[in-house]
Amino acid sequence: MGKIKGAVVVDEGRCKGCNLCVVACPTHCLALSVGEVNHRGYAFCRQTDMDACIGCASCAIVCPDGCITVYKKREE
Amino acid sequence: MTREEIIQPENLVYKKPELMNEVPMHYCPGCSHGVVHKLVAEVIAEMGMEEKTIGVSPVGCAVFAYRYIDIDWQEAAHGRAPAVATACKRLWPDRLVFTYQGDGDLACIGTAETIHALNRGENITIIFINNAIYGMTGGQMAPTTLVGMKTATCPYGRDPQIHGYPLKMTEIAAQLEGTAYVTRQSVHSVAAIRKCKAAIRKAFENSMAGKGSNLIEVVSTCNSGWKMTPVKANEWMEEHMFDYYHIGDLKDSSKL
Repeated sequence: MGKIKGAVVVDEGRCKGCNLCVVACPTHCLALSVGEVNHRGYAFCRQTDMDACIGCASCAIVCPDGCITVYKKREE
Repeated sequence: MTREEIIQPENLVYKKPELMNEVPMHYCPGCSHGVVHKLVAEVIAEMGMEEKTIGVSPVGCAVFAYRYIDIDWQEAAHGRAPAVATACKRLWPDRLVFTYQGDGDLACIGTAETIHALNRGENITIIFINNAIYGMTGGQMAPTTLVGMKTATCPYGRDPQIHGYPLKMTEIAAQLEGTAYVTRQSVHSVAAIRKCKAAIRKAFENSMAGKGSNLIEVVSTCNSGWKMTPVKANEWMEEHMFDYYHIGDLKDSSKL
């Protein structure tokens, strides 16, 4: 059975940096930006570990602002 | 496998509900309102009721709910959302009618409207966001504020000798003959969010099937009002709120 790999796409302009997704992620592949803010002045979330994501969508489900889109694909 | 290969429409797992507008929500970072808005939008779309739903928005933080979900909305005077929803549902029985209210709107100024609409068994759903504080006006004591909890208007903590006890609206609603489904949920974790979504779906289906009125209390955080980070607020809620506001179904007529 192939390994499942996921990818998280964050709408950085919509994100308010609440950190809930970072805490919800079971594989710790998300982090808030450091020293960088979006046009509204918030630190924003992004995927930092590109290999760890399993596409479980926990981050997207807890996101109060609907900033996160999740994809996943089984490795052939 | 490259990131570009994974990010393809056929591999989509989760995205912002179609019914949610692009306009950014005015809620504070980490506010529970956003999660509940998403759940409502998802359930309406799953039921195929996009064109047949009327939401009634309250006065409070959720006053702008009509800007965020692309369905028909009616704004009600403070606390009067259940009365407005009653009118909407009686005039358009084929519509899915729900109100979305906070604790200041539902448990304080609108107590009478809420209890009577539920008692009449109107075929509506009331979504009640209980964050134990007045969020919009800056963190004053609400009827649902916990004993000992500090707010702007009870800086030494809520004292039952002066302020009385926190009001359990959901327990009151469960005693009423007209209610079909009364439940208390929360949205602090993935599992809780999934349960809350199932509860909203059940309530909406009950109201469309004419079984009576439905109340879903969502125990929520107000991290700005509580003066905590969103993550800390969730922990505080689990530690303190759930002891007084027990999570679970209080009345489910389908199981009687």
